[in-house]
Amino acid sequence: MVKNDHILLSVQDLKVYFHLNQRLARAVDGVSYEIRKGETVCLVGESGCGKTVSALSTLGLVPQPPGKIAGGQILFKGQNLLELGEEEMQKIRGNHIAMVFQEPMTSLNPVFTIGDQIQEAIMVHEKMGQSEMRERCLRLLEDVGIPSPRERLADYPHQLSGGQRQRVMIAMALACSPEVVIADEPTTALDVTIQAQILNLFGELQTRGGMSLLYITHDLGVVANIADRIYIMYAGIIAEQGSAPEIFHDPRHPYTQGLLASLPNRAKRGTRLHSIPGAVPDPAYKPGGCPFHPRCSFAVESCGSQFPEMCDYGEGHLSRCPVLYEMARQ
Amino acid sequence: MRDTAETVTSSLDVDGPLAPRQGFWQLLRQNRLAIIGLAIFVVFFCIALLGLGLTSGRNPTFDPAMVRLQEKLRPPFSGPNLETLRSEEVPRLGVYVFGTDDLGRDVFARMLQGAWVSLTVGFVAVGISVFIGIFMGGIAGYFGQNHTFIDTLIMRFVDIMLCFPSFFLILTVVALLPASMYNIMIVIGLTSWMGTTRFVRAEFLSLREQDFVTAARALGVSNFRIIFRHMIPNAMAPVLVSATIGIATAILTEAGLSFLGFGVPPPHATWGGILSDGKRFIFDAPWLTFAPGIAILIVVLAFNLFGEGLRDILNPKLRERY
Repeated sequence: MVKNDHILLSVQDLKVYFHLNQRLARAVDGVSYEIRKGETVCLVGESGCGKTVSALSTLGLVPQPPGKIAGGQILFKGQNLLELGEEEMQKIRGNHIAMVFQEPMTSLNPVFTIGDQIQEAIMVHEKMGQSEMRERCLRLLEDVGIPSPRERLADYPHQLSGGQRQRVMIAMALACSPEVVIADEPTTALDVTIQAQILNLFGELQTRGGMSLLYITHDLGVVANIADRIYIMYAGIIAEQGSAPEIFHDPRHPYTQGLLASLPNRAKRGTRLHSIPGAVPDPAYKPGGCPFHPRCSFAVESCGSQFPEMCDYGEGHLSRCPVLYEMARQ
Repeated sequence: MRDTAETVTSSLDVDGPLAPRQGFWQLLRQNRLAIIGLAIFVVFFCIALLGLGLTSGRNPTFDPAMVRLQEKLRPPFSGPNLETLRSEEVPRLGVYVFGTDDLGRDVFARMLQGAWVSLTVGFVAVGISVFIGIFMGGIAGYFGQNHTFIDTLIMRFVDIMLCFPSFFLILTVVALLPASMYNIMIVIGLTSWMGTTRFVRAEFLSLREQDFVTAARALGVSNFRIIFRHMIPNAMAPVLVSATIGIATAILTEAGLSFLGFGVPPPHATWGGILSDGKRFIFDAPWLTFAPGIAILIVVLAFNLFGEGLRDILNPKLRERY
């Protein structure tokens, strides 16, 4: 299953720290993940666990200062993006790796028509004539399912609904046919029916264009719908990774198990929902050892002192919990 | 207002190249006060240009410097006494439209000449101040977070400049410099950029955190392009409003300087100068104060109205109201 030559984007041991009020917040603390050609990878985690920061650093968009990339590599087709200068990064952004943001309401420039903005997305990387550009814009809008695109080109963002704006954002991200699209909670600000439409759209575009998708979310329902492989993040580290069936049916990390147990379902109707005790640690005050141990029901003494290693369950299913690993082996 | 919104969109979706400016005019047309302001401004502009042409040169159509002592303090629309005047001294329109002053000079001709002074002083001074303001404010706002030193330097300099009562600063500078129209424009411009700087900096500070700026960066748009294409147009609304009002202020400042005798040197007529000369005769010849006074009032008001209208139109969020 693992074929290295198909790996498009590989993040290795990435560390992104923020200096805030004289304290060091280790937002991303040694995260590794990889995206292969044509697959959908989900990065799942609670708010503040470093999902967005690790995605932003792939594009070199972490504000520095206060942010600082303290270590690791981001390899895109074998090239380390962290070593590239600003100008070279600009050629990668949008052209090879594009991003769709969480807030469609504010991610479009309010003073330009959406036609102008899509055109800009193309123009930044490719030169073409006015009429050709217009055709391309119309086709992009059609691809993302905007009705009567010809009229919409002259619209300003505030004239569109949230779902339509997100479609425009996706059209802009796809403008230069990037190999990787990073979607940072693109449906969080939308209601559930629109969310389903957008997810279908991603699926459609992916089968048609063969792009890879890194989908960042905290919504396990979404993940179950679209993911090929899943990375569960907790407090700046990867807690568990594996294929979608493995994560959903055979979770090997107490955090993943807790997350899945806290999903509402019909069988548990009427009973109290499971919850993981405690709260996500402040990235500036993380517990030593395994960052999850204060909330973990399996925790043993060594969890508080020893940083857990990745335990291999085979076929790319890895989990950062030696306690459960020991139990499984016995 | 739903109907008008409909017509705006339907007239926009014509085939062919996009015409965003078309929408601008559509919206402007619906804002009556802004249209009035713009109309007055256009008329003023034409009058000032025309005035420049008609009052300058060796043998001008309307000679603002022609002294006719026997015709002094004639009220508006009074005809000249043809017996005492030589043929070249007779006003071209046959009457003194705004009367004459204490030296028998045609106030209408002097107003025409003064219009050009007001216009150029207003525009050049505000041009200078807006240019400096956007530049300084843009630098302070965009680089402020990562290079606090630059931000501090610029903003403290703004504070220092604001400490001086600007009118007296202008007076001092004008007293030291040789009196000329250009010095006045430059001095007014150099002492009025602080407000714009603060506006632009504040706008940039909030704009640089906006998602669309991050989104533009994620598309590979360069810093330069982000500043000039994405941020400045978004920061322009308050700048344009303050600029149009700034033009009004500059015209007032120039009038004030001329009134105090520090402005454009005589015999060149300016509205402030006419006002100043006329104040001695305010009861005997009120037209000497009212003609320039009302002209200043109308022009300043027009700029303010247009500025307000412009703000509404340039802000797409406020557009829905029209």
